[in-house]
Amino acid sequence: MAGQSRARHVILTSCMAWAVASLLFFPIFWTLLTSFKTEIEAVASTPSLIRFHWTLENYKAVLSAGDYLPHAINSIIISMTSTLLAIALSIPAAWALAMAPTKRTKSILLWVLSTKMMPPVGVLVPIYLIYQRLDLLNTRTGLIAIVALSNLPIVLWMLFSYFKEIPHEMLEAARMDGATPVQEIGLVLLPTSLPAIASAFLLSFLLAWNECFWTLNLSTSDAAPLSVYIASFSSPEGLFWAKLSAASILAIAPVFAVGWFCQRQLVRGLTFGAVK
Amino acid sequence: MGRITLSNLQKSLGSTTVIENLTLEVANGDFVVCVGPSGCGKTTLLRLIAGLEDVDAGSIRIDDRDVTLTPPSKRGLSMVFQSYALYPHMTVRSNIGFALKLAGASQLEINQKVEAAAEKLNLTKLLNRKPRELSGGQRQRVAIGRAIVRKPTAFLFDEPLSNLDAALRVQMRFELVRLQKELGITSLYVTHDQTEAMTMADKIVVLNAGSIVQYDTPLNIYRRPATTFVAGFIGSPKMNLITGGPAAERNAATIGVRPEHVALGSGASGWPGTVAVVEYLGSDTFLHVDAGALGLLVVRSSGDAPPERGTRVSLVPQEQNIHRFDMAGCLISN
Amino acid sequence: MATKHTQTVARLLLAPAVISLLLFSVIPLIFTIYFSFLHYSLLDAGARTFAGLENFQYVLTDPGLWQALANSLLLVTSILVITIAGGIPFALLLNEPIFGRNIARSVAIAPFFVMPTVNALVWKHLLLNPVSGLFSWIAVTLGRTPIDWFSDAPLAALVVIIAWQWLPFATLIFLTALQSLNSEQAEAAKLDGATPIQTFYHVTLPHLSRSIAIVVLIETIFLLSIFAEIFVTTGGGPGLASTNLTFLVFSQALIQFDAGAASAIALFAVLIANIVSGVLALPAAGRLEE
Repeated sequence: MAGQSRARHVILTSCMAWAVASLLFFPIFWTLLTSFKTEIEAVASTPSLIRFHWTLENYKAVLSAGDYLPHAINSIIISMTSTLLAIALSIPAAWALAMAPTKRTKSILLWVLSTKMMPPVGVLVPIYLIYQRLDLLNTRTGLIAIVALSNLPIVLWMLFSYFKEIPHEMLEAARMDGATPVQEIGLVLLPTSLPAIASAFLLSFLLAWNECFWTLNLSTSDAAPLSVYIASFSSPEGLFWAKLSAASILAIAPVFAVGWFCQRQLVRGLTFGAVK
Repeated sequence: MGRITLSNLQKSLGSTTVIENLTLEVANGDFVVCVGPSGCGKTTLLRLIAGLEDVDAGSIRIDDRDVTLTPPSKRGLSMVFQSYALYPHMTVRSNIGFALKLAGASQLEINQKVEAAAEKLNLTKLLNRKPRELSGGQRQRVAIGRAIVRKPTAFLFDEPLSNLDAALRVQMRFELVRLQKELGITSLYVTHDQTEAMTMADKIVVLNAGSIVQYDTPLNIYRRPATTFVAGFIGSPKMNLITGGPAAERNAATIGVRPEHVALGSGASGWPGTVAVVEYLGSDTFLHVDAGALGLLVVRSSGDAPPERGTRVSLVPQEQNIHRFDMAGCLISN
Repeated sequence: MATKHTQTVARLLLAPAVISLLLFSVIPLIFTIYFSFLHYSLLDAGARTFAGLENFQYVLTDPGLWQALANSLLLVTSILVITIAGGIPFALLLNEPIFGRNIARSVAIAPFFVMPTVNALVWKHLLLNPVSGLFSWIAVTLGRTPIDWFSDAPLAALVVIIAWQWLPFATLIFLTALQSLNSEQAEAAKLDGATPIQTFYHVTLPHLSRSIAIVVLIETIFLLSIFAEIFVTTGGGPGLASTNLTFLVFSQALIQFDAGAASAIALFAVLIANIVSGVLALPAAGRLEE
């Protein structure tokens, strides 16, 4: 008797869970579907789920229009480089904080965290003006710098919480073997921290790819990544729903794959390791 | 060539003084064991010598070189850690050869030396494995291999056997001493296990609360402990320490007599007591005797038919083997 | 404890990160404060005169500021409520032994990885569009008039769009926390005769309190700075109906080109962020320290 009600319970909860999950996923699904429709069918007053003329013309149109690809390349370059920069700055800093703790360590960590808590609006005007003055507006370099520093606190926290768990004796052994601090970090610390560095890399890449605030404000065309490109669909003329769908799918696909595979690391990173 | 001289070392951690004005000279080639209870500062002392911690005051000299301010990587010492601290991402071969690689030796030279060290430690078959594939004893040998491959000025051992099971520990004790004698390299060995100290050391440093209490050969420490602390710490089972009547009779505040120097007498001449516990160890039997005001005394009985629990006995100590200690706990020489 | 040698090296290695952060957050913030005391129009870059407290006066007496503040707070609180009230049950559901559990979880988490601009536009055109959007089709099919979201209820539209994206985040956090919940406690409660609701209230909820704190903390930080979605859908309008403090600063600086006023509003926004963080998030952060 218990077995039966147990099975019923599982079926019931499965249905409910899948219903909610599907509901949540639906907008993405709908976008995917629309991207394969013709423009006319996309705006049809009776939307169709499966029976429509499947076509790849939207993808072709978006890819050949000439502005998707440059923006995609910008996204890749900006996300990649800003992530590498954030990691390069964070590794030595996280080592210092984890291996040579002082009375100030805790305050430094909290201060780093607080820079992330400050709304970026607080520095929008000066950054904009400084970039204008230095000719950094609408440049990849400018965007890389600001995105890297936006993500720095998170990357630093992730690496710090991991480094703190590493047994000091292993690094002391390296010191006894004659390693300088740089050798200690490069030859011993980093190889053993690859999982954490990979997680930090992925998270930073994800956040950089989806970054909208700075990219919308500091770039318009040349250096603009996909987030800005999509924004241009805000109010164009004519029929564009299907193309928007195709463009959207193309814009989110890479990072979707990344995020999908690395959920657990992302949770750790986003919550600064507070939730395991 | 491996003489270590510590002068007036001082070290505090926070508000606690861990090492108090410590002076020690370790002769070249000696196997010196530093022993003491938890918190006596022995690990800190080792780390100070290694350079992993800074001294607050005093100096450390290796041969005639003052290394007090030299970083650990440049002191020419090797250390074997309690947890072995192997590099998990490197093979055994790379672990052992790491220091040589850092020093810029040629690959040929590295291979030669690594294989020689592996041979000595029976690790030749394991050279291509990673630490996680090894047992505790094997990992420990890799740690030792890593230390000996460089021919350092001295070895530092931080309780290296404490993570091994009992049988392995006994075996490794002999191996370590044999190795050290073969290489002739000064060794400083820290442990809380006084058996290791007694069986391995050329000289023992007994440390308590950051100060050296006695520094001598194991036999001398056993036969003439300098204080009641040393008397009670070295030797298993512990020496019987008695205050009160018997002590005063012999002009001392405390007297000490080892279990093997107390015989079971007859009649009224000895200290009376009742057998409380009988410990059969096979070759020896130790009787724990409740001697009333004198406390619980341990007596070694070598007979085949030791008394049973509850028997009334009379304990007769060998007078020439009674140690006398004054009010401060120091040995009164005869 | 590290030696002096290690500590010196440590300080050197810490410097690049700290200096970079200083350059990009502290120094510009000082500039913002400086600008807020100036008459500074971006159209006339040369003419910068000292304005004293005029900017603040202008800004604080402008009803637009207070509407933006209200919008900001409304956005944050509604989204917090939706994501937490929705996230907990959903996480509980996903924690059950269901068919294809891992896939269901991945599917449910997906919205969080969507770019905000994509998110906003997909909702604006494909779903919420009063003429050809899916929602209007559903409304018509049910015999009701479709809502013109972005004209009549822009703030509500934004709440829907952004809550949709953050609900998976909250769910993921709660799910992770639930997985560390020892089932023994719940079983003991059941043995004691507790109903599922009582079990939830007395065992599950306290265990989740820490992750609720985390969700509040993190969402507050990010939600106060909502920008891209507004930029791409309503442009803050109609009027100021969907303008939050962040967007107000933007429009003041880069649409009206009044850097002085924008800076004053920005400082106000930073102040509000601190207050809200202090009220909502710091007690939560304090719980984290344990």
